Amino acid sequence: MKNPFSLAGETIAGKWHKNRYVLKKPLGRGANGVVFLAAALGSGREVAVKMSGDNGTIISEVNVLKSLAKARGSILGPSLLDVDDWVRDGETVPFYVMEYIRGTHFLTFLKQRGYAWLPVLMIQLLTHLEGLHQNGWVFGDLKPDNLIVTDSPVKLRCIDVGGTTMQGRAIKEFTEFFDRGYWGLGNRKAEPAYDLFSVAMIIINAYYPERFPKREGGLGQLKKAIRDKEGLRRYESPLIRALTGQYAAAGEMKRDLYALYGQERRPGERRRSQGANPAKTGDGKKGRMWETVIVVLLILGVYALYIFQQIQP
Amino acid sequence: MRPGTIKQILLITDGCSNQGEDPVVMAALAREHGITVNVIGVMENDVIDDQGMREIEGIAANGGGISQIVYAKQLAQTVQMVTRKAMTQTIQGIVNSEIQQILGRDVTMEDLPPEKRSEIMEVVDELNETANLEVLILVDTSASMKYKLPTVKEALLDLSLSLNSRAGNNLFSLFIFPGKKNGIEKLLDWTPKMESINMLLPKLASKGMTPTGPAIREAIGQFNRKRSLIRGLLTRNDEGTFEESV
Repeated sequence: MKNPFSLAGETIAGKWHKNRYVLKKPLGRGANGVVFLAAALGSGREVAVKMSGDNGTIISEVNVLKSLAKARGSILGPSLLDVDDWVRDGETVPFYVMEYIRGTHFLTFLKQRGYAWLPVLMIQLLTHLEGLHQNGWVFGDLKPDNLIVTDSPVKLRCIDVGGTTMQGRAIKEFTEFFDRGYWGLGNRKAEPAYDLFSVAMIIINAYYPERFPKREGGLGQLKKAIRDKEGLRRYESPLIRALTGQYAAAGEMKRDLYALYGQERRPGERRRSQGANPAKTGDGKKGRMWETVIVVLLILGVYALYIFQQIQP
Repeated sequence: MRPGTIKQILLITDGCSNQGEDPVVMAALAREHGITVNVIGVMENDVIDDQGMREIEGIAANGGGISQIVYAKQLAQTVQMVTRKAMTQTIQGIVNSEIQQILGRDVTMEDLPPEKRSEIMEVVDELNETANLEVLILVDTSASMKYKLPTVKEALLDLSLSLNSRAGNNLFSLFIFPGKKNGIEKLLDWTPKMESINMLLPKLASKGMTPTGPAIREAIGQFNRKRSLIRGLLTRNDEGTFEESV
């Protein structure tokens, strides 16, 4: 596979399962292989085909996709459709076929549709991660390049599971900017907090699309980067908690991001609650919760009456 | 299969050797000792010439390892990547030869259907996590490599961070060449943690000499010396190195 991009237009045939795919165009190229948009011959279904000169890479990723499929309800990664070998001029090229996720890259989406989407998308990401972590995995190589946003409904998906690692092991693949080890803020053991650090860096990356090089590193430089951007300041508290490994689970970070929306909806209150006793905001939340509970109970009551009348002859 | 010890020499250089034995031959010799040789060629602005490239690729090919040419600023990411890839490669090689013992000479992992391969890969991943690793880092400090040493230090700290996140044990040592009397010179003895690394260079009289071959030959001896030391402490059966199963 000297120049994999020249493969566009070729038909690849599986040695074991005999399925055939027409390669349409390259979607991306990473350190460990190349991904093509392809069409399955026969059904015409659009799929993504990943090929690699390295057998181990393909099989490892297939193993991850298989166990993700077993974890019900988690649609973080693409679903796996086929695994096979393509024999080309006597050379065996292992490949796997997955669902093609059509959408916009994360940073492009934010630029086009607005930064109001950022917390929603991050909450979606954290929900996915929660499921992944509960199943004993850590995503590892979380970064905007691996995030795709699909349209109507807007949903965030991850497209590259190359870094996904069993919890307790050493992270398989990472990107420096999103790696807590690079910033001197932790090791590379696969644990939920490792992913949550990356989530924080994704939020920072959203406001620094060009990223920035490490200078002195550590929390100091990242803190300064957060304070230097107007848009980032409101995230300061959850970001710093994530960067310093204070969240043990994705759910905790998600709750803190939800809380940001509460602040935004009431811009008048926002100023007052800033710097005030944090218990106060907690009270406000509680009050809103009671409102919801009362409304739900009322609706249930009316519904019960309705059902009761239907049953009566 | 119980986890054994993987031995690697990681050579960091910026060009061609010009003194002593052929480094490609010495790399082949290292391989015979069960030591894999990986090479990272570091560029600043200058490109590495054809001859240098051929040598770098030759050392890795004959040392059973991996070579990569990078700019100095990519060094940290590359060092840990090359080391881990080479580990996987070694383990796959061992697993492959186990398969051949069971299924016959000409069978490799690629001859098995993908489903079977999945199960084997799980074993490889497991060994990758639990195997013990010994890495001897050999840095060429002749001429232009001198001012790249702070970058090398950063890369090595990053390497120990990555490897110490695994369950298996690691030992690192650091040598530079040419040292006194043109030999290799120890900067850090075998240790599980590289934080104690000291990059203050001793006075070197390099005179533009790059004896890569002799450096690799001497590096092989550093493993042997250490092994015989361990032999004294352990019984033979407890050692469980990978060489024995190859």
